[in-house]
Amino acid sequence: MQLKRISPRKMRSYKEFLLILPFLAVVALFSYFPLYGWVYAFHDYRPPKPITAETFVGFKWFLTIVNNPVRTADILRVLRNTFAMSGISLLFSWFPMVFAIFLNEIKCRPYKKFVQTVTTLPNFISWVLVYSIAFNVFSSTGAVNTVMMDLGLIDKPIAFLKSSENIWFKMWLWLTWKNAGWAAIMYLAAITGIDEQMIEAAKVDGATRMQVIWHITIPSILPTYFVIVMLNLANFLSNGMEQYYVFQNAFNMDYIEVLDLYVYNMATSSTGQYPLSTAISILKSVVSVVLLVVSNTASKLIRGEGFI
Amino acid sequence: MTEKAILNQAVKNRRRGIKRSFSDKLISVITYIVYAIFAFVCVYPFYYIFINSISANNLSERGKVIFYPMEVHLKNYSSVFKIPGLMDAAVISVLRTVVGTLFTVLVAAFLGYMFTRKTLWKRKFWYRFVAATMYFNAGVIPWYLTMKMMGLTNNFWGYIFPMMIQPFYIILCKTFCESVPEALQEAADIDGAGTLTIFFRIMLPVIKPILATIAVFAAVNQWNSFQDTLLLVTKDELYTLQYVLYRYISQASSLKSLVSNSTNSAQLAASLAHAATATSIRMTVTIVVVLPVILIYPFFQRFFTSGIMIGAVKG
Repeated sequence: MQLKRISPRKMRSYKEFLLILPFLAVVALFSYFPLYGWVYAFHDYRPPKPITAETFVGFKWFLTIVNNPVRTADILRVLRNTFAMSGISLLFSWFPMVFAIFLNEIKCRPYKKFVQTVTTLPNFISWVLVYSIAFNVFSSTGAVNTVMMDLGLIDKPIAFLKSSENIWFKMWLWLTWKNAGWAAIMYLAAITGIDEQMIEAAKVDGATRMQVIWHITIPSILPTYFVIVMLNLANFLSNGMEQYYVFQNAFNMDYIEVLDLYVYNMATSSTGQYPLSTAISILKSVVSVVLLVVSNTASKLIRGEGFI
Repeated sequence: MTEKAILNQAVKNRRRGIKRSFSDKLISVITYIVYAIFAFVCVYPFYYIFINSISANNLSERGKVIFYPMEVHLKNYSSVFKIPGLMDAAVISVLRTVVGTLFTVLVAAFLGYMFTRKTLWKRKFWYRFVAATMYFNAGVIPWYLTMKMMGLTNNFWGYIFPMMIQPFYIILCKTFCESVPEALQEAADIDGAGTLTIFFRIMLPVIKPILATIAVFAAVNQWNSFQDTLLLVTKDELYTLQYVLYRYISQASSLKSLVSNSTNSAQLAASLAHAATATSIRMTVTIVVVLPVILIYPFFQRFFTSGIMIGAVKG
């Protein structure tokens, strides 16, 4: 019997697959394998004891969320914070767009360049550094309190960081301080793409600058804005934990703990609630996937193309 | 339209023109002022911390340094590196940035190129296999347990491997490779060059521009990374600068003991203006951590436009 000959082309195709196989294995190991960890949500898992058939508890942890009043209250509180902060972000998501539009109105090029450069810088520093800056500038001997005391606006220093007052809005401010300049670049690119002739024609017809902005610039960059809103919507439950982790303290804990941070804090607390924390992240993932599909479909319906 | 009507319209336009220039000027002035405020808000915090780090420590401690440095000295910068652990953290931060960026960029280049090879077995499927990982993650606990199982907790490679394969970067590279004329690869194919030879000899030099962009963003990501230290590392010698800085701010007690230690020994003789305080250490370390980013910032500004694509994919 003769062995079936493998054509050189086929041979090459397998060889090339072998070349990427190690990398595929890494992807499988770091991104796909952890999904197996979801089984912990269905077990009475207490590390370091391994899970066995006896530890299987079914949906016990998922039901705790609704059956245990303390847990339910916790989850509702965390959801409130998540919704509040994502909601504020969504509500003000037009800010980078407006920032870009008026930045583009600046005719003095060096000034425009300067503003763009310095407002983009904060995007490239970590949340730890942002927190450090917040701490140094807003502490009781920091610049803000010192200046306000010197001006006689306040009698004693305000504890900006160690309070829960307006914390949702403050978190939005820090997020905006860090990201707005960077987010504006995308809109600036979109504005550059607008047909000059359209603007010239409008000007000849006697349109004011505000009219040009309102009737030409904004409609032209609205599709970009729409994508951003949809992405915001898809990430509604995922604010990430880093920002809130560094800014959290005993004073603002009740209002700053978002879903991602709650999952982390629960897992790393002294009681180490691995299964419950995993159960919550599973629920979160499911809702997030649904949100992603919904916003992608909405994008397809309205714009004719999705963003996935 | 009669001649008179046309004339009237012209006059109206003229008037409107005058009005327009006034309102336009007003908008201009307001715009300039508002953006000056934005710029100030973004620059001043860095400036404030910097002037405090070089001013007399007894003044900065009481919040006296607001607009310009007072009694300038650089002692803080020499003393901060004598703090036990800080130099080690700096070494780890630099190492992970260099090694991590190298790995991430090479992998992105190679996979980006391989996913354009039409001969690759089940090319589309494997591409989706990698790209899909952008849209889900298993959660903190399963991820941590996986890392622990692989021995990557308290391990330097725990900083490198999980961040090595980034779908966004691979997609960027793939798109860039696709824009390279196919004839280039075909010619090499005909000449009998192997897959790897084509990659190293032909594609790698051609796709350098996109690799530069990716390198910059990967490096900033590595330098700024904080969460992985928080989750994976408990050994002091693997702490990064970001993590050490966070501890200095969040655990005032540890900073106080540091300060009293240093005052007890060598610094006792130093004047009040130069003795380390909690504030001086905090501010100086902040500048040390932020400086590399600010220094390379002018160079990577030109990568912004291609970088925004990364941001767009990431959301």
